[in-house]
Amino acid sequence: METFIGKPIKRREDNRFLKGAGKYTDDIKLMGMTHSAFVRSPYAHAKILSVDTSEAEKAEGVVAVYTGSDACGTFGVPCGWQVDFKNGETMREPLHPLLAKDKILHVGEAVAIVIAETLELARDAAELVDVKYEALPAVTCPKKAMEAGAPKVHDQWDDNAAFDWCIGNDRAEVEAALENAHHVTEMTYKNHRLAPNAIEPRSYISDYDVNADKWTLYTSTQNPHLIRLLLCAFVLGIPEHKVRVLSYDVGGGFGSKIYHYTEEALLTWVSKEIGRPVKWTSDRTEAFLTDAHGRDHIVHSKMGFDKDGKIVAHLTDEYCAMGAYLSTFAPAVPTYLHGTLFQGVYTTPLIHLNVIAPFTHTVAVDAYRGAGRPEATYLLERIISKAAKEMNIDPAEIRYKNFIPPFNGTSEPGYQTQVALQYDSGNYEGVLKRGLEMLGYEDFRKEQAEARKNGKLLGVGISTYIEGCGIAPSAVVGSLGARAGLYEVGHVRVQPTGKVSVFTGAHSHGQGHETVFAQFVADKLGIPMDDVDIVHGDTDQVAFGMGTYGSRSLAVGGSAIIKSIEKVLEKGAKIAAHKLEAAEEDLEYAEGKWTVKGTDKSISFGDVSLTAYVPHDYPEGVEPGLDFSSFYDPTNFTYPFGTHIAVVEVCPDTGKVDLQRFVACDDVGNVMNPMIVDGQIHGGVVQGVGQALLEEVIYDGEGQMVTGSYMDYAMPRADDVPNIETDRTTTPCPHNPLGVKGAGEAGAIGSTPAVVNAVVDALSHLGVTDIQMPVTPRRVWKAMQN
Amino acid sequence: MIPAKFDYIKASSVSEAIGLLDKHGDEAKLLSGGHSLIPAMKLRLSRPEVLIDISGISGMNSITEDGDEIVVGANCTHADIVNSDLINSDLNILASTAKHIGDIQVRNRGTIGGSLAHADPAADYPAVVLACDAKIEVEGKGGTRSIPATEFFLGIFTTALTEDEIITAIRFPKVANGNYQKFFQSASRFAVVGVAAVKEGDSVKVGVTGVSGTPYRATAVEEAYSGSSDAADHAVEGIDDLMSDHFADEEYRAHLAKVMVKKALEA
Amino acid sequence: MQISMTINGKEYSHDIEPRISLAQYLRENLNLTGTHIGCDTSGCGACTVTVDGAAAKACTLLAVQVDGAEITTIEGMASGSEMHPIQEAFKDNHGLQCGFCTPGMVMTAADILKNNPNPTEEEIRHGLEGNFCRCTGYHNIVKSIQHAAEKINA
Repeated sequence: METFIGKPIKRREDNRFLKGAGKYTDDIKLMGMTHSAFVRSPYAHAKILSVDTSEAEKAEGVVAVYTGSDACGTFGVPCGWQVDFKNGETMREPLHPLLAKDKILHVGEAVAIVIAETLELARDAAELVDVKYEALPAVTCPKKAMEAGAPKVHDQWDDNAAFDWCIGNDRAEVEAALENAHHVTEMTYKNHRLAPNAIEPRSYISDYDVNADKWTLYTSTQNPHLIRLLLCAFVLGIPEHKVRVLSYDVGGGFGSKIYHYTEEALLTWVSKEIGRPVKWTSDRTEAFLTDAHGRDHIVHSKMGFDKDGKIVAHLTDEYCAMGAYLSTFAPAVPTYLHGTLFQGVYTTPLIHLNVIAPFTHTVAVDAYRGAGRPEATYLLERIISKAAKEMNIDPAEIRYKNFIPPFNGTSEPGYQTQVALQYDSGNYEGVLKRGLEMLGYEDFRKEQAEARKNGKLLGVGISTYIEGCGIAPSAVVGSLGARAGLYEVGHVRVQPTGKVSVFTGAHSHGQGHETVFAQFVADKLGIPMDDVDIVHGDTDQVAFGMGTYGSRSLAVGGSAIIKSIEKVLEKGAKIAAHKLEAAEEDLEYAEGKWTVKGTDKSISFGDVSLTAYVPHDYPEGVEPGLDFSSFYDPTNFTYPFGTHIAVVEVCPDTGKVDLQRFVACDDVGNVMNPMIVDGQIHGGVVQGVGQALLEEVIYDGEGQMVTGSYMDYAMPRADDVPNIETDRTTTPCPHNPLGVKGAGEAGAIGSTPAVVNAVVDALSHLGVTDIQMPVTPRRVWKAMQN
Repeated sequence: MIPAKFDYIKASSVSEAIGLLDKHGDEAKLLSGGHSLIPAMKLRLSRPEVLIDISGISGMNSITEDGDEIVVGANCTHADIVNSDLINSDLNILASTAKHIGDIQVRNRGTIGGSLAHADPAADYPAVVLACDAKIEVEGKGGTRSIPATEFFLGIFTTALTEDEIITAIRFPKVANGNYQKFFQSASRFAVVGVAAVKEGDSVKVGVTGVSGTPYRATAVEEAYSGSSDAADHAVEGIDDLMSDHFADEEYRAHLAKVMVKKALEA
Repeated sequence: MQISMTINGKEYSHDIEPRISLAQYLRENLNLTGTHIGCDTSGCGACTVTVDGAAAKACTLLAVQVDGAEITTIEGMASGSEMHPIQEAFKDNHGLQCGFCTPGMVMTAADILKNNPNPTEEEIRHGLEGNFCRCTGYHNIVKSIQHAAEKINA
């Protein structure tokens, strides 16, 4: 019988995407639908003196105009995570209003919304809204935001801190160890701000049905249930059972479509006010100005080593921007998703991270592919490579010296870090060994030495990362400040004919769940893949769910489905036993049928299913039907790891970096579909390469975004990158039924420091020890001049 | 993104277009490929009330030989130029420049006349028309005139065209030994620095785009040149309005100008 | 303004405002929503269609500009249920993830292969410079186009 797990099964969703028949939110049209346009602030920080909507209201085709002075102005979107100050003071949590009323806190903040019969007319009328501002000084750098006299983002507090936080060993102990270290390597840099740039802009349609008193919200979200919960319980105070959230096809997320945005809530409110459906689709300018950004940490770090190159202590201080308001997951990103990875793959005995998280006059910062872990990995992998150079140790060798030894997490215990987590299973030297082999490291070093003689600047950079994903045990994240649980829901409905509908709370926005989930469901039930349908993205069909982010779909969502499959098989066995007139314990299930062990007596899955729904001849005390839902709350995070190696050539005349090779050996646990895992790695790597070489959101001193279009924000294009050479080792996750760890973010986490390490390596003989990212030609050339 | 309202008129002849320009004055804009104008209109940075589409005017999209010269119709797309046998054989520098403009889709629609009239300081063609000593043929209310490239560019988005004038063609001398060197801006793919060099015997003509608000002939390089690329050191001599942005500040841009001039002289 | 054009082999005629882009016209008037709008200013390539056989960004063309033209959109690539070899190759090589940039990629690939039936990897990468993909890292898109070329030439 054909099995599917581990095979590169082609994606079923591709048929519609390739024919242009995907159903993205902006593709949807409803009868009587209106369109909307926002009036947004051109200032980063300003008082709103007046808003005059009279001309706009009179304009052709206008249905309504709302401002912060209307009832919607009293609502705000909440933050989903609470990180209190070290001294016990509660996290400072400002109202994030759906429309600004008195104060503007970042460029692009919405002041008014215009609803009209067509998009053209909405845009025309939006220009007629007359807003008078009084511009105020702005602060956009998280470090400057904490300086005395910095412009305040929120007037009600003494300074701009939203919270501060620390993790790890006692600071004094770490400092003492650094004092006594044989060698200390130090780094100060910015992990700069990025714009996620899913190619599909955010899009929402709200449709209020006055007769049923119900809403349907079509939204480009990664987590429809979470949006419904936040919208109903925390923003508008409307009954949750009267809201259906639909998220059909979503054109990429990368974190930016996790959050509950103000526009989503406002449209929901508007559709009831006007009694008609209303649509808003972000344009690219709005996306740059209002989608939550990533990163934006200012870092100062010291790592101490003994004379053999073993790490003895690590101390880091960071300023991590929150932006003007606290986005849904924002406080978790530079703290629990970041500091908890400071162990890396090394046996560092003493670690301390201190974080100050200020408000700034910018759009909010939140989780962006990797969320806190790329920032941690960048720091660890840059500083250890810098230390290797300073101590004249090969960068591979220094890593071997410091690796946590292999452990499988079953017969050998997990690894307890200094920063709260217990790693599940790992073999870090295994991926480095394989990565170096793939590259041909020793030969490359010879080639590099030759090239240098001829004035060619070749460099190699290594990164050995670990990440924590599959979030997360609810009790753990609850104790860390999460305001929601982070389990997942998997519902398996066996139809009377033995066909199976699976409802998952996970959400695919490119990951291929419709294929991958069907692969393991088919295998576990011993039925053809064609007999399995995967349903997601509809709160009316799927019982509940926490959505897809943090590389959690398979590890958490998949496990929930497995739990339901187990329930189906358990009940099915009772029915089978009755029909076969055998004891349950005498049955075995394989290849889609229950067989009485040692006989040829069997009954198929389909026959049992039919019996469950036509229970004429049926076991006593067993309910009809074959339909189970399960909640799976993981017992731990999962910890994928890997080695990424970049080879670059730097142009000595211009400083331009040519990425010549990229080698990735990842370990994401068991693999359901290698084709899809490779694809996730390719894409993640290129996003990480984008951060290293090209991408940067820049705000000027007045808080204007300098890089708000594709003319100024550089993202990797096809000819900026090479093919990505991939391979894997497999260290199964010991604590979930599929043994999977997650692959969505790994590429973006491991790749960035590999590239920058390679560039610094190419220039090391010129005395270059560090270059601020992105390592643009200008920065590289300047580094070469000094 | 949607432009503000405008009237659209498809002109069928140059004289009709000139008449329309004259009638509507600065409320009107000419539309050829539209690949600079339409994005600006969608962002509502440009809001013409009348758009005069000249792309259908016959006779403005041919590439012809006229003695020692090649005449490129203003409505020729970058792709037309890339694919022209005549240009590839007798004016190769222009084809190899056009190849580096935008992308396939943009090259299929954007036109040489539109690009020159728009006068983006980071556009590619200005360097080439300067180095080739091309002439911009224009027609207006007062008749036709031929503007030497060296007199055409007056500043950022500013040219010698008067309000009622239309570029009809660009007249290039045949060029046997010319090349264009471009350092790409990594987001827009416009030129951070673009240098065209046309060599004849021991002399060279060098056009530079992207460096200054006005594309220029690097006369200091030309004067210093006697076969050695060391003359590239003079690439920004006399330029007092070096552009600066997050991709290239003045210092780096000046350096790149020298590097790219050197490459062009050595090619 | 009254315009008419042939789209995917069918004649259409509409009265539209001059400021409506070809992309909007396809999506709003004809319900051909496979042409996606990612940036609306010719930066991302998601809206790529072919106009008289040549790839163009439909967001940066006014519908009135292409009055009388022959347009092919992603919806016109397959014949019935049979996918075009480029579409097949994208499926076989996992050349797409979220699917949003995909129609533009396929339409651009069609232009690349029309003008260069045997492109090198470098030529394909250069040919795709007007199209952003944020999911695939381009690796499998390039592979898909290489495979499509083989299929078409076979």
